[in-house]
Order: sequence, then C-alpha cells, then structure tokens
Amino acid sequence: MGTAAALKAEVNELDFYYGDFKALKKLSMPVHEHKVTALIGPSGCGKSTFLRCFNRMHDLYPGTRYDGAIQLYPDNSNLLSKAVDPIEVRMRISMVFQKPNPFPKSIFENVAYGLRVRGVRNRGVLEEKVEQALRGAALWDEVKNRLQDLAFNLSGGQQQRLCIARALATDPELLLFDEPTSALDPIATASIEELMTGLKSKVTILVVTHNMQQAARVSDYTAYMYLGELMEFGETDQIFIKPRRKETEDYITGRFG
Amino acid sequence: MAALPAASSEIGAIRKIIARHRRLDFVFGILGILALMLGVLTFLALFVDMAIQGLPRLSVEFFSNFPSRRASQAGILSAWVGTTLVMFVTALFAVPLGVAAGVYLEEYAPKNWVTDLIEVNITNLAGVPSIVYGLLALGLFVYQFGFGQSILSAGLTLALLILPIVIVATRESIRSIPQMIREGSYALGATQWQTVRSHILPYSSAGILTGVIIGMARAIGETAPIITIGALTFIAFLPPAPFSATPPYFNFDWLFSAFTVMPIQMFNWTSRPEAAFQQNAAAAGFVLVLMTLAMNGLAIWLRYRLRKNLKW
Repeated sequence: MGTAAALKAEVNELDFYYGDFKALKKLSMPVHEHKVTALIGPSGCGKSTFLRCFNRMHDLYPGTRYDGAIQLYPDNSNLLSKAVDPIEVRMRISMVFQKPNPFPKSIFENVAYGLRVRGVRNRGVLEEKVEQALRGAALWDEVKNRLQDLAFNLSGGQQQRLCIARALATDPELLLFDEPTSALDPIATASIEELMTGLKSKVTILVVTHNMQQAARVSDYTAYMYLGELMEFGETDQIFIKPRRKETEDYITGRFG
Repeated sequence: MAALPAASSEIGAIRKIIARHRRLDFVFGILGILALMLGVLTFLALFVDMAIQGLPRLSVEFFSNFPSRRASQAGILSAWVGTTLVMFVTALFAVPLGVAAGVYLEEYAPKNWVTDLIEVNITNLAGVPSIVYGLLALGLFVYQFGFGQSILSAGLTLALLILPIVIVATRESIRSIPQMIREGSYALGATQWQTVRSHILPYSSAGILTGVIIGMARAIGETAPIITIGALTFIAFLPPAPFSATPPYFNFDWLFSAFTVMPIQMFNWTSRPEAAFQQNAAAAGFVLVLMTLAMNGLAIWLRYRLRKNLKW
C-alpha cells in the first residue's frame, strides 16, 4: 500500500546453473528498501538457491554459474559480476540460516566474530556493538549476565536470535533469512517474526519461507516461485487477496503444495 | 486359549524363530567378549610378566645411571634422555607438516584426480616398513644433508614415519566439522584463512592432538630405523646441554650429538646371557610401556577436554 519505496536491489534476468542444470530461469524482481520481501513456493522451486545468490554463497561450491545481474543500490554495482569480490558482498549482506548454527564459542564471541573479521580489536568497541546487536535481536536481557557462557547452552529459539544478532552486529544493508523459523516451536517463531517486523526500519529484509501464513503476517512484498521461475511478484495483500495468475492462486489456496 | 488352531500354531512358529535368534544374539555376545579378552589378556600377561621381573630393579639409580658392564650398576639415563629428545624433535617436525598438509588437503585442494592420487599415496606411506624409512634417512639425512648419526636425523626419520598418521587424523577431525559452521563463518565475510584460523583449527584440535599422540606412541617404540641411522647401543654420556652459563647462552649442539633410545637399550640388554641383564631389560620395558600408556592417557584426557564444547 502507499507509494513505492526506494529500491535496495534489483534482480535483472538472473539465470543460475548447477553444472548443466538450470536452477533459476530469467528472474527479475525489485527489492524495496526498508521492507520485508518474502519468497514463497513449493519445495524445490529454487527459493533458497535464489536467496543464496545475494550473498554469493554459491561461490563456495564448484560447478556453479551465474548469468544476469543483481544490482545493488545506491552504488548501482552488479554484485554477481566476477569483478566484485564475494567477501565484500558478504560484508554488506548478512544471512541467517534455517537451522541455528552458532559457533562452539561463547555468546559474546559469536556476536563479535563478524566484527573481528573486519579487524575491530578494541574491547570497548566490541562490547558496545555486541550489546547493540543483542538488543536488536531482543536477546540482551536474557543473556546479559552470561555472555561468556557457551552459545550451545541456549534454547533453539535463543540460538536463532543469537544468529540474528551475529548477522546484525556488522550493520548489514540487506539481511537474508533462509526459512529462519522452520526448525523452531511456535512461541520462538512468533518472537522471530516480531523481530523481523521491528528490524525493517533499519535493514532491508529478504525472507524465504515455505509457510504461507508467515509470509502473509510478516512481509510487505511477496514473490511466488515455481520450478525456478518467478511466477508473480507484488504487494503481499494483493498476492494473497487477488493474485493475478492462476498458478499463484492454486498455490495460495492450497490446491497443491 | 480359545484362539483358532491355525492362529495358535503360527504364534508357536514365530516364538521358535525369536528364541533361535535370541540364542544367536547371545552366542555372538560371548564370541565378542572372548575376542576382546584375547587381546586384553595377552597384553596384561606380557605387562605383568615384565613388571614382576623388572619392578625390583626400579630405583632412582636405575634412572640416573649410565649403562655399564656390571648389571647391578647399569641404568637407563642415556636411553630415556635420548628417547625424550628424539620424541621432541619428532613432534617438532611432524606436527606442523602433518597439520598443514591435512588442512590443505581438506580445505584448499580442489577435488580432482590429482588430489585423490596424493591421498592414496599418503595412506600407502603408513604401510611402508619402518626399515625402509631408516634406509631413506641414512642416505638422505645422515650422508646427503650431513646431519650425521644424530638426534636430528632420528627425529626427522620418525617424523616422516608418523606423518601419515598425523595427516589422516587431521583430515578426519576436520571432516567432522559440519558444513553449516563453515557457511556461518563465510557468510559473515570471513576469508578462507580467517575461517581456518578461527574455526577449523580450534574445533579440530582435539582430533589432531589425539592423532599426534598416537603417532608418538608408535614412534617411541620404533627400533629398526633408529638402528639403521646409527644410534649407539652403549653410550656413557649425555648430549650436550642446550643452555650454558657462557655466551651464546643457547646452542643447538645437542641436535647433532650421538645418542641412544630406550628400545635399543632393551635390545642390547636382552642379547646378553646374564640373567641380571634380562631383569634390566624387563625393567626398561616396563618403563617404556608406562611411558606409552601415559601418552595415550594424556591423549584421551586432552581429547575429552578439547571436545567438551563441541556438539557434533
């Protein structure tokens, strides 16, 4: 609803190959700044593959190839081009994974790791940024007295919020969520969804979810994908109330899944 | 009891089958225990035999005397000092080389046939007879490089010997780290070296250390390569001390010194006819096994401590 927001990124005719297999076909989509964009679709439609293009995670594995562009604003650079260092992309775009994956270190060291990678060594600065990140992830009050405890001792929902804090500590421009609540119980899920809505004023969020109701609750824009293609993109209300394409409507109404 | 005849005979047949399988379970359990006992009791018998024979001989003098023609005055001073120094040099070379090779093969090397060839070669090295390492060392370290028949040559030889063990232990340990941890590190903008230094190496240190100590426990008892490069069997002196009161305060002369090690001292004593020397050999063997047990115990304890924080 309302006027179109400024763009954080724009996907232009993105193709993606695993070896010879074309996993993503000519995807084009805007990513609006300070908004939550959800990617929905049945299993195997390529939404996680698409998400992982944004922070060049596929570069870690041999045999993958990008075609097309993802323009990042305001500098208008194509983050997929070979001239762009993937490390630099990952410093600006953070990711939260499906299964919480805290490091086997203390809570403090987990959140501080992104800062250490950037060469921040001053203890005072680290403590301040860690507290800021943990507050942003709504975890500070629960852990402020046990920052040196092992991250593994936290519950599943707390671990995932820790991973969010870890991703936030470096002030990313774009935050990618890959099915962040699929491994969590409903109460933890609700707290993470609340967090996402609160965070968007500071970061742009792109979230992959196989839970349609979550997409309806949390996102401003929704993209429906099927078998590697973008079927429809639009404002969430429009997609769920009045989808333009029959394929979208079939998925939304549960005719297949 | 009021079941149909057909049904009740079926249940009887099923019960017979279950009973037979349970008997087989029990028999297999017994066979397993017997196999275990065979190994454990053999080792215990040998150890207790050596202990009974050698224990009376153990005393402070035994550890602080040089070997001598008189059995009652012979001691293992030069032998255990030699073993300690050689083990130190072995670890010094085997650990960095082995760990670096393991990390490279797991994290950096592309997965192609060249890497597979290297892998096959390394595992093959573990099966090469130790005397072959001795001959290699004789030609290369003793003569070609000119290190002489010294502690340095012995340490390098044994380092080569246990290198495959360290490499394989490093690789196995690194492989057990879940891919999610690596992705988590890279997703924060870390380079490959940062990920290796902050995550891969610390989390695999337990397995690496275990591999190192198992390798050392093997190396401590190796006799053939040490004899080949010319360890002496009867020496009544110690390598020169590395520290001295006069400048330069630190020197490396001890690396190039002649030496002997525990297994060779034992070998020397067992080849003498006097019963007293047999007792000396048993005592030395007892000490050597204790040293090996201590190293293995250290490995288990260190592994427990270092693995405590890992949940995979």
